[in-house]
Amino acid sequence: MQDRKPVYLMAPALGWLTVFMVIPCLLILALAFFRRGIYGGIEYSFTLENLALVFDPLYAGIFLKSAWIAGLSAAIAVIVGYAAAYAIAAAPARRQPMLLFFAVLPFWSNYLVRTYAWIVLLNREGLITGVARLLGYDAEMPRLLYSEGAVVIGLVYNYLPFVILACYAPLSRLNPEIAEASRDLGASGWKTFRRVILPMTVPGIATGFVFVFVLSIGNFVTPALLGGGQFQMIGNLVYAQFLTANDWPFGAALSMILIGIMMGLLTLQTFATERASGARREES
Amino acid sequence: MATPAAPRLMLMILSAVFAFLYIPISVLVALSFNESGLPTAWTGFSTRWYGELMHNSDITSAALNTLIVAVVSTLLATLLGTLLAIGVEIRRRKGRFLETIIFAPMIIPDIVLAIALLSFFSLLDVTMGLHTVILSHVVFNLAFVCSVVRARLKTFDWSIVEASTDLGASTATTLRRVVVPVMLPAIVAGALLAFTLSVDEFIIAFFTAGAGRDSITLPMQIFAMIRFGVTPEINALATLVMAVSILALTLSQRLNRGGLPGQ
Repeated sequence: MQDRKPVYLMAPALGWLTVFMVIPCLLILALAFFRRGIYGGIEYSFTLENLALVFDPLYAGIFLKSAWIAGLSAAIAVIVGYAAAYAIAAAPARRQPMLLFFAVLPFWSNYLVRTYAWIVLLNREGLITGVARLLGYDAEMPRLLYSEGAVVIGLVYNYLPFVILACYAPLSRLNPEIAEASRDLGASGWKTFRRVILPMTVPGIATGFVFVFVLSIGNFVTPALLGGGQFQMIGNLVYAQFLTANDWPFGAALSMILIGIMMGLLTLQTFATERASGARREES
Repeated sequence: MATPAAPRLMLMILSAVFAFLYIPISVLVALSFNESGLPTAWTGFSTRWYGELMHNSDITSAALNTLIVAVVSTLLATLLGTLLAIGVEIRRRKGRFLETIIFAPMIIPDIVLAIALLSFFSLLDVTMGLHTVILSHVVFNLAFVCSVVRARLKTFDWSIVEASTDLGASTATTLRRVVVPVMLPAIVAGALLAFTLSVDEFIIAFFTAGAGRDSITLPMQIFAMIRFGVTPEINALATLVMAVSILALTLSQRLNRGGLPGQ
């Protein structure tokens, strides 16, 4: 069964993916260039208006806001996740699998549930307010839930385990002798980290950052639940075009931009990974 | 890696990160067993809220819908994904285009796939309901099954396939009697992963389930409920959902050590 059978084995799945993924995605691509009908339908005439509308100050502002929140969440997740991965990689070898398992375990539970857990903590009658009252804080609490900060916390919380995994992989493969050599040559601990360990673990950082950024910028669940409709992100905007505003062509244009951002970042990430592995090959 | 980095600092980092990861969900679980249901006052251990869940017909019917979607889409995805994995691995010649198509369902943002499918179904005038959710869930489920099975096939001994063929078995017989039995742990692990993903999936279901009340899945029900705040019932429901996913995935990982995506 080595020669022509693979085609028959692959055909059903590839057919499924073609019908229910490739064609729908191409459809969205086409939709982005059609006009919106007067009553919310689709008028089949070519236009670039939808893509132009994305750069309208109103929508460009939402894009910038989303990019800011996604970038902030990704940066925080990478810093915290890297520190955690470093600490796990520095733990005794026999304990590492267990630590990693428990770091990733929350990632396996339902996204909505994990987000809801923060509503429980942050809401007006929630645990944090309760603890503050117990500690004798009687003044008006600042609003914790339904804020930008709550959205960022939610995103970091949800995606942190992935960043830990992504950063742990290159850290665990590091040869300890390299760090030793650096120290023997007189570099301080911090300098060894910055000049030796950090550059060699860039692929993990890039993967983690891109993953969190991409998932955050298109997210509509977390802004809806923890942001409470205080502000819109691209995900909410796409959602609204399809389910309330009924402007499908514009929604399609927005998601094309999302895909564009994602592909651009993934290319950058591949580039970063290849450069890092190239550098390693030159060293050895 | 064994860097002599300050052990105390490492311990502090680990404690802080694990506290951040586990306090929110632990609070949720603890509250679900609180008699009063209030976050501020502990009045005693009780399973009362779990009992209330069983009498909420919105929740039980949503749970049933989710079960139907997850079981059917898992069965389809396991069949298609396993065949795909075997086909790709036999083929050896790596095509970049093929790899992209197989990998795509795992990286396309959910919202994009969701609106693409919504547009697709409505342009074709397909009435949407549980069946369209199932069709959609198979897309990403088969990709995940395929990746789990492929990981295991990397260490598969193809000489037993040759032996089977030499002994006169047809391709179908070889698949059924040789390849599938050897691969069974990985296939079941993939199926369990697919099942969990499908049970938890919200966005695609939300867009492809149509407007009817009778095609609401559990995550859709949860989303609708938590938009309006915290109730002891949701705490109990959330705890149950979390327990199911963690159980299924732990089992999946047991069956297929090191084969889950990202590990």
